[in-house]
Amino acid sequence: MNESMIVGLLLGSLAAMVPIVLTSVGAVVSERAGVVNIGYEGILMLSAFFGTIIAEIAHSGWIGILGGAFVGMLIGAIHGVLTVYLKGDHVIPGIGINLLGYGAVAFGIRAYWGTAGQHQVPNYAQIKPLWMDAFGNSLSPMVIITFIVTILVWWMLFKTPLGLRIRSVGENPEAADALGINVELYRFGAVLFASALAGAAGAYLSVDWLGTVTKQIAAGRGFIALANMVFSGWNPLVALLGGFLFGFFDNLAIWIQNNPWMAGTVPWQFIATLPYVVTLVVVAGIIGRARPPKWDGKPYKRE
Amino acid sequence: MSVGRAYIKPLTESLLAILIGALIGAIVLWASGYSAVDAYKALIVGALGSVDGIAETLSKSTPLILTALTFAIGARTGLFNIGAEGTVYFGAIAAVAVTQYLQNPIAGMLGGILIGALWALPVAALKVYRGVHEVISTIMFNWIAVYIVGWLALDVFYNPKDPNSTLSIPQSARLHLLIPNTSLSWAFIVSVITAVIIFVIMWHTKLGYELRTSGQNPTAAKYGGINPKIAAIWSFVLGGMTAGLAGAVQVMGVPPGYAITQGLANVSGYGFDGIGVSLVGRNHPLGIILAGILFGMLNAGATQMQQTGVPLEMVKIIEGIIIVAVAVPGLADLFKNLFRRGSK
Repeated sequence: MNESMIVGLLLGSLAAMVPIVLTSVGAVVSERAGVVNIGYEGILMLSAFFGTIIAEIAHSGWIGILGGAFVGMLIGAIHGVLTVYLKGDHVIPGIGINLLGYGAVAFGIRAYWGTAGQHQVPNYAQIKPLWMDAFGNSLSPMVIITFIVTILVWWMLFKTPLGLRIRSVGENPEAADALGINVELYRFGAVLFASALAGAAGAYLSVDWLGTVTKQIAAGRGFIALANMVFSGWNPLVALLGGFLFGFFDNLAIWIQNNPWMAGTVPWQFIATLPYVVTLVVVAGIIGRARPPKWDGKPYKRE
Repeated sequence: MSVGRAYIKPLTESLLAILIGALIGAIVLWASGYSAVDAYKALIVGALGSVDGIAETLSKSTPLILTALTFAIGARTGLFNIGAEGTVYFGAIAAVAVTQYLQNPIAGMLGGILIGALWALPVAALKVYRGVHEVISTIMFNWIAVYIVGWLALDVFYNPKDPNSTLSIPQSARLHLLIPNTSLSWAFIVSVITAVIIFVIMWHTKLGYELRTSGQNPTAAKYGGINPKIAAIWSFVLGGMTAGLAGAVQVMGVPPGYAITQGLANVSGYGFDGIGVSLVGRNHPLGIILAGILFGMLNAGATQMQQTGVPLEMVKIIEGIIIVAVAVPGLADLFKNLFRRGSK
């Protein structure tokens, strides 16, 4: 193991961390406000696709990220109307959105670019790395942004009156309502914010990290982000750590698979299960201490 | 409320959701420059226009009915079991493995059912003893199943004569075709019988009563002497059994290969689609049979639709919209009010 490998492993972990952390941090805000959403996988898919289209039209990866956030917000608005205003089930819309995401991206790649299953994002629509070494290891500006967003959201949630109100509508909406806080508005806003972050994460997949749009581009990251949110105990700073750990094991698995001394000892498929097994072990170990917000996933109807 | 009326509202709501799915699907088709009329015509002709088409529809609905039961059993118990996807892979590989030694269809199906129950145990244990939410654990286990079954298919039960598939189910262990030269086999009958068995268990046995009570009102269940932990374990195990069976019949009853194809292609996606089938079927075994046939129709017709130039995945978009529409609370009332206002 030489220096460039360690640098590669570290930078790879940071790159893999971005979509999971952004989505988890959004999910933390949404659930702190009391709205469960399991449709992030679909949001990642759809914004990876539409974010690329927007980036290609605007000739800018950054516009693509913003476009992805906007697309995420639109989908979030559907979820928000159904759950917050119509008091519907919090889980079912997400299942529909996930299915829709998988269908729409596979359909869209063929309908829009005319290629089957995969589209390469042109250079002019990609985000340039901040730094790159001779071995192709690179650092994306989105990594820095992820750190900043996470810290800002943590500060907002726990150190400002706005955060207190968001947490109050998820913890005790009746009391919040009695104090004159518009429960529905705060919940809806939290859903939009969470979906926008997931949307930015989705666009990051295509216009930055992977540089391609594929039928399976989200690859379960929307769900891993939810696992990471539980792991974090609904705390953005811990979600940052969890996201990095997952990214690290994900990269480690790939790294071990590519190492000659591993060939023949353990089937590579076993190594590939590592990030999922680690997530399970960590979540199983941490729970008991972690407690979801009291009104998480429950519609609030004024008496 | 009479029994009949209790069924009418969910039925109308599901039908409305299907209508909305078809309408928005048509808009998507139109916006992408395809002819919605041609596409839908091909879809329906492909799925229902011939004996072959109908056979294909019922064949495609078979695994969906079984995986939908997994989700429905969970939902009725107040659990969100989305682990059918990975369990299907295990059921399929178990059927391949078992029938190499015991060459009869019952052994293959039992193998699938048994491994389905076993694969559900860690999920149940994590839920009951560590409080790990089943959405998180089942998703992680689905990914673990992708790799482990992938390895079993590639390195253990591979077909030495065909690098693209596993060993085939031996002739004598295959489920016979109901109509020769189609893909419709006894597997469909097995899935319908299973739905009826689950209906009887859930609505006409003490176990089913306990499961449903702990789903509807956990507090009341506890006071009624029902152990929620045992109910949860039973729910995951029963659900695992039907999903394992889905995988088994998917390789034992579908010509021509009677094997798992490369990348688990012919056993993938059924677990997730089953969730949609269950929701549209209102988490009720009888509704699931109907919804399963509807989704089977969409999947069977998709191939014909593809010939008009529309990508296959269009049906996934329609399915997704149907599920979002199902999530609209009081959809039927909403429409009734609109209609009343309109006629005034």
